[in-house]
Formats: sequence, C-alpha cells, structure tokens
Amino acid sequence: MTYKAKFKVWRGDEGQGELTDYTVEVNEGEVVLDILHRLQATQTPDLALRWNCKAGKCGSCSAEINGMPRLMCMTRMSTFTEDETITVTPVRTFPVIRDLVTDVSWNYQKAREVPAFDGGDVKPGEFRMMQQDVERSQEFRKCIECFLCNNVCHVVRDHEENKEAFAGPRFLMRVAELEMHPADVLDRREIAQDEFGLGMCNITKCCTEVCPEHIKITDNALIPMKERVAGKKYDPIVWLGSKLGIVKKGENTPTA
Amino acid sequence: MTEIERQQYDVVVIGAGGAGLRAAIEARLQGKKVAIISKSLFGKAHTVMAEGGAAAAMGNVNSNDNWMVHFRDTMRGGKFLNNWRMAELHAKEAPDRVWELEAWGALFDRTKDGKISQRNFGGHEYPRLAHVGDRTGLELIRTTQQKIVALQQEDHRDHGDYEARIKVWAETTVTRLLKNGEQICGAFAYVRETGKFVVFEAPAVILATGGIGKTFKVTSNSWEYTGDGHALAMLAGGTLLNMEFVQFHPTGMVWPPSVKGLLVTESVRGDRGVLKNSDGKRFMFDYIPDVFKDKYATTEEEGDRWYDDPDHNLRPPELLPRDEVARAINSEVKAGRGTPHGGVYLTVVDRMPGGAAEIVKRLPSMHHQFKELADVDITKEPMEVGPTCHYVMGGVEVDADTAAAIVPGLFAVGECSGGMHGSNRLGGNSLTDLLVFGRRAGLGACEYIESLGADLPSVPDAEVEAAAAEALAPLEREGGENPYTVHHELQQMMNDLVGIIRKEEELALALEALEKLRERVSNVSVAPVAASGGRGYHPGWHLALDLRNMLLVSECIARAALERQESRGGHTRDDYPAMSAEWRKVNLICRLSGDGGVSLKHQPMEPMRADLIELFENDELKKYLTADELPEETK
Ligand SMILES: Cc1cc2nc3c(=O)[nH]c(=O)nc-3n(C[C@H](O)[C@H](O)[C@H](O)COP(=O)(O)OP(=O)(O)OC[C@H]3O[C@@H](n4cnc5c(N)ncnc54)[C@H](O)[C@@H]3O)c2cc1C
Ligand code: SF4
Ligand code: SF4
Ligand code: FES
Repeated sequence: MTYKAKFKVWRGDEGQGELTDYTVEVNEGEVVLDILHRLQATQTPDLALRWNCKAGKCGSCSAEINGMPRLMCMTRMSTFTEDETITVTPVRTFPVIRDLVTDVSWNYQKAREVPAFDGGDVKPGEFRMMQQDVERSQEFRKCIECFLCNNVCHVVRDHEENKEAFAGPRFLMRVAELEMHPADVLDRREIAQDEFGLGMCNITKCCTEVCPEHIKITDNALIPMKERVAGKKYDPIVWLGSKLGIVKKGENTPTA
Repeated sequence: MTEIERQQYDVVVIGAGGAGLRAAIEARLQGKKVAIISKSLFGKAHTVMAEGGAAAAMGNVNSNDNWMVHFRDTMRGGKFLNNWRMAELHAKEAPDRVWELEAWGALFDRTKDGKISQRNFGGHEYPRLAHVGDRTGLELIRTTQQKIVALQQEDHRDHGDYEARIKVWAETTVTRLLKNGEQICGAFAYVRETGKFVVFEAPAVILATGGIGKTFKVTSNSWEYTGDGHALAMLAGGTLLNMEFVQFHPTGMVWPPSVKGLLVTESVRGDRGVLKNSDGKRFMFDYIPDVFKDKYATTEEEGDRWYDDPDHNLRPPELLPRDEVARAINSEVKAGRGTPHGGVYLTVVDRMPGGAAEIVKRLPSMHHQFKELADVDITKEPMEVGPTCHYVMGGVEVDADTAAAIVPGLFAVGECSGGMHGSNRLGGNSLTDLLVFGRRAGLGACEYIESLGADLPSVPDAEVEAAAAEALAPLEREGGENPYTVHHELQQMMNDLVGIIRKEEELALALEALEKLRERVSNVSVAPVAASGGRGYHPGWHLALDLRNMLLVSECIARAALERQESRGGHTRDDYPAMSAEWRKVNLICRLSGDGGVSLKHQPMEPMRADLIELFENDELKKYLTADELPEETK
C-alpha cells in the first residue's frame, strides 16, 4: 500500500515564492496533512503550515489542494490516483506569511465589528428556549472558523477593495445566527445591509460548497437574512412579531 | 543583541483555551489590563476538541442531582486522591458557570421544558453533562471568545481602542517565566510569525497551557500539548503534583494508522454504544471491580433497561470510569480477543430506537469522523477502538481557592494544574473545571496584585538576556540533530515504557533513556529560514524549543510512576496491582533539582473535612481509607 507521491508545494513568503517539487512516501489511510508532516520531518523542517486537531474540528489547516479550498487534515490521499501530482497552495484571499500560512487577521477584524449577543434582562439560569428554536442558530455555531467560505467568495477573492465593506459569508452568517438566536434582543438588520455588505452577496452558493461543516450558509443564513432585511423595509411589525414574541429593544443596533 | 519588544500588563494569561479565556474575562471584569497569549490562533485551542459535554449538577434531567452527589462521583472517580477542596468548589460552582455561558450567548441542547439538556457519562450517577451535540468544547470556546470580543467592543466604545484593556497575542509562544528575586515579574515569548521576541512585564501570570499528550506516541492531543505550563512552572521554582497520573482514554481510533489515537467520544457509550471483543461478547461485565460492584448492572438486560429507566436499574459497565475501561480493553487485546487492527469493537448499530437517523443526529461528528477518515459508516458497522493518551491529572500544585502556585505571582488553571481530578478524571469534569477555576484564578491574580500596592517587581535584564540566549541556541548551533527525530524517539519510548501498564524495570529503563535524550535535546539544531532574520514561522525551531518542556514533563511522569508502588486510576503498576490505603495519603511532588533534572518528595495529603467525609457511607470509605482515617464510629 505504500507508494511515493509527487507533490508541488508553494514555498515562499510575502508574495514571493514558487511551487517546489517533492516526492514523498504515502501509507494507507493517510491524509494530505500527514504527507506534509512527513515532509517537515524528513526533508524540509522549516515548511510552515497551521494545524491543531487533525480531526476537522479546529479549522486551522485550510489550504487549496489542486485548486480546491479544503482542510488538509480531512483530505484523504485515497481521493487521488497514485500517479497524480498533488498541488498544495495557501488560500488565495489572504496575504501569505510564509509557505502555507496566511494572514487571516481580516476575519478577526470583521468578527469584532458584529455587535455581540445581548440577552436583555434575563438572569443566568433563567433562560428557557425550545430545542426547535435553538436549532437554526446551532447550525451556524457548528462553524469551525476555517475561513474557507470567506476565502472562496468572489466578492473578496479577487477584489481586495471590497474587504472594507463586506464581512464575508462567515460573519454575515454570524449576524444571522444572532438574529435567529431566540434570546437575543438587538436588531442587526440595518447594519447587515449597510455595514457588512449583505447586498453584495449574489447567492452563488460557492461558500456553501466549500464549507467542511456542511453548513447551508446561503440557504439557511444569507437568503433568510436578505428576506428579513427586505421585510423590515416593508413591514417592521411583522418582523417584531415573528421573533418568538420577544420585542426587540434595540431597533437598528449600530456596529460595535 | 537581538531586538526585544516590551509590553506592560497587569495580568498575563498564557493559554487561550477555556481556562485561559475564563481567567482573562474575570481579570478584565475586575478592571485589570490583560494579555492572553496563545501558541495557535484565537479560537483554536485544544478545548475546541472536547466533545461530550460539561458536567454540572443543575438537576435539569434528574432533579435528584446536586453538588453533593457530583462531589461524591468526582472523589470516587479520582479514587479519593483528589484535592477535596477543589472537588467541592467545582461541584458547587459548576452550575453557575454553565448558566453564565448561556447568558453570554451559548446555545446548549434543550430539555422538553426548555432548560439545558444533560446527558449520561461514565462515572456520573445522574445525567449531568450539558452538551451541544458532540461539539461542546467548540461551543465553550466560541462563547468565551465572543465574550472577550464583547468586552473589547465595550473598550472600543469607551476608549476608542478594542485592545485598550484586553489583547490577544495569537501565535505567540512563551518560553520562560521571568522572576525578580522570589517573585514573578513577567514572561518571555516569541511571535511565531516573525520570530520576534517580546517581554511581557506583569506582576501576575496565569498558566493555562493545557496538557502533555505530545510526549506520547498514541494520543488524542494536538501539537500544542507539549507540557509547556508544567515545565515553565518548574523552571520558575514551582512544584508539580502527582504527575504519574495520566489518563488513557479507552476509546481512541486504532485505524488507519495516521489517525491512531484520535478520540472517539465517551458519549457513544452514554448513548447506548457497547463494547465487544472478537468473540462478540460484551466483555465489560467481566471487569467490574469490587469498589463498584453494587453500582453497575451484572446482566446485559438490566444494563439495557437502565437507559430508559435509570431509577430502577443499574447502569451498564461500559460506563465505568475511564481507567477501568481502558485496562479492560488492554487485557482483552492481550488475551487475543482483539480486532484485526489491535482494538476492540464499539458499536451503536441497532442500538438506538430511532435507528440510523438517530445515530447521525446524536453523534454527528463521530459519524462524520469515521466516514471521512476510516471509510466506516457507524450506522452499519462497528468502530474499532483502543486506549489513547488523553489527559494529565497531574499538574502545577496550586491553592484550591485562588489557583495560586507556590511562587508568588504565579497561578495555574485547567489541565496544567493538578489536584482537582485525583488519580483519574471523570469525563465532562474538565470543561467545568476550566470555568470554575478560570474565574477563581482571575480573581486570585487580581487580589494578589492589590496586595502588592505600588510595589511592583521590575524585570531584571539578566533574566531577559538568559531567556533570549536560550531561545536562539538551536539556531546558532550547527550540525546538531534534527528535532523531529528526537521527538519521535521520545514519544515511542514513553509509549513503550511509561504507558498504560507500568513495571519497575521498564520505568528504570525509561529514566536511563531520558538521561540520554536530555543530552540529545540540548544538542538539536535547525537552520535559519529566509524570512524575518531566520526566525519567521519556523516550525523546526519551535519544536526544538518545545523539546525541553516535553523532556522535563516526561521525567516527572517516569520518576513519580516508579516511586508510587500501587495501582490507582491513571497509574497501573503490573508489579503492584492493588490500590493501597497507605499510598492514598501520599502526594508526590516534583521540582527542579540543582542539575536541571527532577527531584521528588512525598507530601502528606491533607485529611478531608469532617462535613465532606460525612457525605459518604462508611462501607465505601473503608475501601479507600486507612483504619486511622475513618470517622470514629466506624472503627
Ligand atoms: C479529543 C478530546 C475530547 C475531550 N472531550 C472532553 C469532554 O467532553 N468534556 C471535558 O470535560 N473534557 C474533555 N476533554 C478534555 C478538555 O478538553 C481539556 O482538558 C481542556 O479543554 C483543556 O483546557 P485548557 O484551557 O486547560 O487548555 P487548552 O484548551 O488546551 O488551551 C491551552 C492553551 O495554551 C496555549 N499554550 C500552550 N503552551 C503555550 C506557550 N508556551 N505559550 C503560549 N501559549 C501556550 C495553547 O496555545 C492554548 O491556547 C477532551 C480532550 C480531548 C483531547
Ligand atoms: S453565496 Fe454570497 S457569500 Fe456565498 S460565495 Fe456566493 S456571493 Fe459569496
Ligand atoms: S461557515 Fe463553514 S466554511 Fe465558513 S468558516 Fe465556518 S466552517 Fe469554515
Ligand atoms: S487540523 Fe484542525 S481542522 Fe485540520
């Protein structure tokens, strides 16, 4: 079962670099991350990459494998043929630090602008929520912050200039998560549109396709958010009523 | 000399897992200026991997539950070696800490009446684990991460700067604690991206660095678990408690080889999963130890009835504490009744009333993990599992109420601290341990700073120079050994000689091997990279520096394991198979010896407070305590 695979790995820093060829041993059941670890241990100890859990749970090991944005720890070698050359490059939308490691700070900046959860006056221990009501937001909270969706979204992938006005699917989904949270009392619809660029999303669903957690980002978060924003323009009363009887205290919460 | 950045804080928290984040939140809420330092990105710490849940006696599912029942379970699980004050505080405060998460936005699974749902887990008498599917750790870390963001948003509103009072130093590694005389005065770190050195000047440092699993070959732990906090504390004059107790989780994946050790959550067993050997037998019924005889079912029928009617049936022995299950699996495999890949079978096939759909709903990430990594559909086929190094019960010796270590200004919390879990941790008790003692460490650090007044220790230049020289050494050496090779050998040796079943001869061999490895570690070298003056994002260099820590921790484990001549919890001696009431009274304390090695001493265990002793039946106490320790009327 052991064979030698041909790899091309992007090596370099701050924009300068090139694909470097390697031939590495592959054993049964291994994933791409195993192969890169073997490269580190045997051929190039300074190969920079991120990983933590090796189980698809932390979202650290995002890269592009043969051009597809993926988690390296969840990409099995058995999905390639033995004579296929496997090309591993850093995710494209974020600036390269070194080799496969990119500067993902833009994501953390956007995270900071979304007004945090506000549970109103309910005391700890006194929240009562029904399973069917928490499930919508729970789907979005499965997010492991691999940022593959933000990487693949065409609004920012080739348009650096849009990064200012667009939070990317990950953080538009965070807005949706809070909006659908049964105990949250703020109203982030206006800023979703005006500050986080919900309107720039033209529902191509590329983000949904790459999500390793199989979250239906477009169908379950972005489209319903668009409807809520549109609904607000026409009939704010219906919106208030639809929030499980909770009256939103903050109309038009500003960005944080 | 190389350029060094200086930063001032009130409190420096090393570690951004549940423990570190909760400690940082508390210190910031008390008005202190806080730095959080983490080897990986914000939100990626090991806590994200916790699956099963967070144990807290809220009594939402079974109203008979309360802190006293939880306390008893924790002490039993730890075989009475726990720091009982910690177990008490933990059991009492865990519910508040879980409810607080909910007030910060966490979304736990619900009961029918809309409260937080709680699930069964090994060693817990009642359904006690608050959970979110099997990704509870992710929920905990995301919630605390988002609470920190919320606090930063407040600071942004008040001071125009998100980082005015709390800053996360992601991908930054601390290599030394700094001292001025006897007192902590800061920490020395490098930024992974650039290799740049940073001195954090602070009167109080909280260690929350997690565990040590990367010293073993087969482990559920990630690269971060190199025992840094344990080693940093020792190097600064701190002490480690009971390091021989390492938890081998009974169910790690055994195949394919590249994921060997990866965790299969205990919820699989809590949710009706059963263990079978290659003869198809549910072997756990043969392994119920005497101390637990009257608490577990003796027939499959009774065990199976328990899931639906826990009040009138005893629980199945698959839910014994982890050490018991791990040893049982080990014995079955040794006796030739293992699976093709050297484990045993764990199956949920046909075990759930809702069939395959219910399996996928209850155990989504296990379903996903086996499908993606092993081509196994757990709704149709059994899983193959075996023991994996999972958690270290031993850790920095601390004061139960404040998390203070013996070094003034140093605090430790979470997996890197010791005492709370005794000789064996119950599943689910770690996540609430992080929260309960995270908060207490934050408070403890603030009180300590108040006590210093204006008299804050400065950072001596010599300390900084020594730390910088040490960090640069592997890059400056030439022709030394590859750090990866040395690391692999250390892991293999620890697995072979200090693993789940231990013997005197092998432990002695391990200490000899460590002696030789110590020389090799001090001689590893790595070539500088092109970026940032040779130190830009250089994993080989990072590992070279981590080796010092893994080596120290390994020596503590091996020495303490050789010393303790009994079997208890996460320490099993083939040559001393029984539990000894005399040894129960002994804590083993490691500290740095003059030659840079480890010295060991016996420290008597403090007798349990009378009102806590009274929570147990005398018959049970007799199984653990010496005659002298028993309450008067029992003698
Ligand atoms: C697979 C798995 C499943 C688990 N499931 C459960 C469960 O269901 N319930 C439960 O209660 N427990 C569970 N546990 C145990 C529990 O998750 C851990 O014990 C706990 O999360 C440890 O948290 P912590 O805050 O102490 O450390 P961690 O979350 O590990 O965080 C450590 C932090 O310290 C940082 N750090 C380390 N060294 C340095 C350094 N030198 N410089 C700077 N930063 C440093 C790291 O970067 C990281 O941010 C599980 C563990 C594993 C591995
Ligand atoms: S659906 Fe919207 S957010 Fe997702 S990739 Fe397409 S444009 Fe981007
Ligand atoms: S939504 Fe999916 S793709 Fe996007 S960051 Fe989260 S896990 Fe990754
Ligand atoms: S290493 Fe955690 S997702 Fe790949």
